[in-house]
Amino acid sequence: MSSREGILGAIRRGLKRGPLPADQRAMLDGRLATHPRHLIPARSRVPRAEQIALFVRNVEKEFGTIERVPDAASVPAAVADYLAAQNLEPRFVMAPHPELTELPWSERPMLAFETRRARADDAVSVQHAWAAVAETGTLLFPSDPTRPTTLNLLPETEIAVIRASAIVGAYEEAWDRLRAERAGAEPSGGFMPRNIMFVTGPSRSADIEQTLELGAHGPRRLHVVLVEDEPAARTILSEIADPRPEAAREPVARPGEIANPAD
Amino acid sequence: MVALTSPDFKRRAARALADPQLQKALKRGGSGFHSKRAQAVAALPEFERLREIGRDIKNHALAHLDHYLETFERNVIANGGQVHWCRDAEEARATVLRICREADARTVTKGKSMISEEIGINEHLERNGITPVETDLGEYILQLVDEPPSHIIAPAFHLNREDWEKRFRAAHTDLPKDRVFNERRDIMAEARAKLRQRFLAADVGITGANFLIAETGTSVIVTNEGNGDLTQTLPRVHIALASIEKVVPTLEDCTSLLRLLARSATGQDFSVYTTFSTGVRRAGDLDGPEAYHVVLIDNGRSNMVGTEFGEMLRCIRCAACMNHCPVYGVTGGHAYGWVYPGPMGSVLTPSLVGVDKAGHLPNASTFCGRCESVCPVKIPLPKMMRHWREREFERHLTPSTIRNGLGVWAFFAKRPSLYRAASRLGMGALALLGRGRGRFRSLPLAGGWTRGRDLPAPEPGGTFMARYAAQQRHR
Repeated sequence: MSSREGILGAIRRGLKRGPLPADQRAMLDGRLATHPRHLIPARSRVPRAEQIALFVRNVEKEFGTIERVPDAASVPAAVADYLAAQNLEPRFVMAPHPELTELPWSERPMLAFETRRARADDAVSVQHAWAAVAETGTLLFPSDPTRPTTLNLLPETEIAVIRASAIVGAYEEAWDRLRAERAGAEPSGGFMPRNIMFVTGPSRSADIEQTLELGAHGPRRLHVVLVEDEPAARTILSEIADPRPEAAREPVARPGEIANPAD
Repeated sequence: MVALTSPDFKRRAARALADPQLQKALKRGGSGFHSKRAQAVAALPEFERLREIGRDIKNHALAHLDHYLETFERNVIANGGQVHWCRDAEEARATVLRICREADARTVTKGKSMISEEIGINEHLERNGITPVETDLGEYILQLVDEPPSHIIAPAFHLNREDWEKRFRAAHTDLPKDRVFNERRDIMAEARAKLRQRFLAADVGITGANFLIAETGTSVIVTNEGNGDLTQTLPRVHIALASIEKVVPTLEDCTSLLRLLARSATGQDFSVYTTFSTGVRRAGDLDGPEAYHVVLIDNGRSNMVGTEFGEMLRCIRCAACMNHCPVYGVTGGHAYGWVYPGPMGSVLTPSLVGVDKAGHLPNASTFCGRCESVCPVKIPLPKMMRHWREREFERHLTPSTIRNGLGVWAFFAKRPSLYRAASRLGMGALALLGRGRGRFRSLPLAGGWTRGRDLPAPEPGGTFMARYAAQQRHR
């Protein structure tokens, strides 16, 4: 008996039944095909302008930084200014995504970049975020030839460009969009790319004395450039209600903060 | 399999209590976990409802585990990956070694994985000439000091900053001896630089899996450092080690459980990196592994299905139970003597290695119930520890003093009037002896109790039954 049969047999003995009958299998496959949603927290089910504001606030809560620009043409200037403000060299590696390569980079001739995967010595990456989730300020990066995974991992600084219209409220809405957009895109007939990273803030660790430090193995800085490509995004943050309960507005720990300062 | 010292719990716990460095580390970490989880829960009004949903999703997956594992396998293969079914630790070790050899691997990077500790993969690879490199910051230093993790999400929970500095100086001899670690950040930066070279050189990357998704044939890892992603992205071959109960049906099911996981574990709303891996590098992709293997490990779990310990298979390894356990809080994880410490370990260890080998673990509990009250999938941990105590008793594994004591107690308990008379006498005597002091520092036949704590002297006013009867008369 193979290990596979042995394991499945032991599971079935425990469940006190044999292999599932066809009708029950069909029922389970139906559940897989319809993939029902469960409860979605109310915090992201708010009007559009609030949803975008929620994303911005959550990025900042997770120690990301964010800059809002009125249109895609303003992205090169935002990238150049950010690098200068951080005292970083004006060079980076960029995702070969059309929404990035088509930007008017030539207007900023000081900026030098290559479009490729990241290498170990790259200091800065400019990456294309496919979607973002307001619920927790999370950026989504499905891998494909135009969006290499290493750009999210190797450089010390990652700059992610996201269109406001690509922000959704909850994770489930992103799954729906992925299913619709990539239906049958895979050789398997499926929709899942090889890799999809959900990124919430810069890399961190609290393994040394339970004390949070940023920049463990991945980027130490995560900077978001938000393109206001829909009217709801063009609002003043302070004029938008914050749907989060009080406890949700502050990070649970700050860098360098000892978990139990009384000790 | 890793060394098992669980029967030694009492001695090891006593040693832990007397270790000032360990007590310092435990005190520092403990309350932070409490307050962070509490804040995250307060920030999500739906949290309690989500716990019920999490419980139901895992129950559904476990009730149809065979079907979902087969579906998962089919979808992994459809995306160019391979699934290896392994009944026990030995088969899993052999499978991983075979994959590494086929890839001509010399070094292997590893993301944090408790199942990899359970099967003892590092020692096995080393014995066979392959160098495993732990890349999680906590696991990295533990590999340097040759110690097992003491916590399932904060493996170096028991170490202090001076331990880190000492080990880094001893291990990284190529760096200047007089370098200064001003901040914790400096320690982390050194590890980052050292491990960066390892990531780039590795031939195979081994990660665990927090979830497997049947619908898409996907393995999911959840990390904060980014080491797990570097491990599964840079080498040519990615091996995901996963125990069979990790499978859930759909992305939506996984998503609901993810809302519980980070909040219960570190108090974060979401971990920094939650990554879904499906199959091999696609045509045109610029990075990612060319081979994707999922090693599905049973190692005793299928025998738990359908038993009174079946609910333990819902566990998503968040560590909330140990973070809130008064016993773990003073003994730390090493006292438990195997891979999984704290309440979840006290239930899981006897299930996987046998109650005869797990010794006192189910007794390492005050039954305060905090573990169950914070469990994101509502596992009735105290109830299951009670089941293990019953099994211990049935199998005559309980020490004879306890068995005899229980026998004497049972003799009286079955004879209520005798019980009342005896307890009245005993109480009267204790109250008389303890008059004025209120407590006993030592007492004949009760040394086991008074060695660690005082025994309160009975208050005047008689036994509970006598007072109850008196109160009834007054009505």
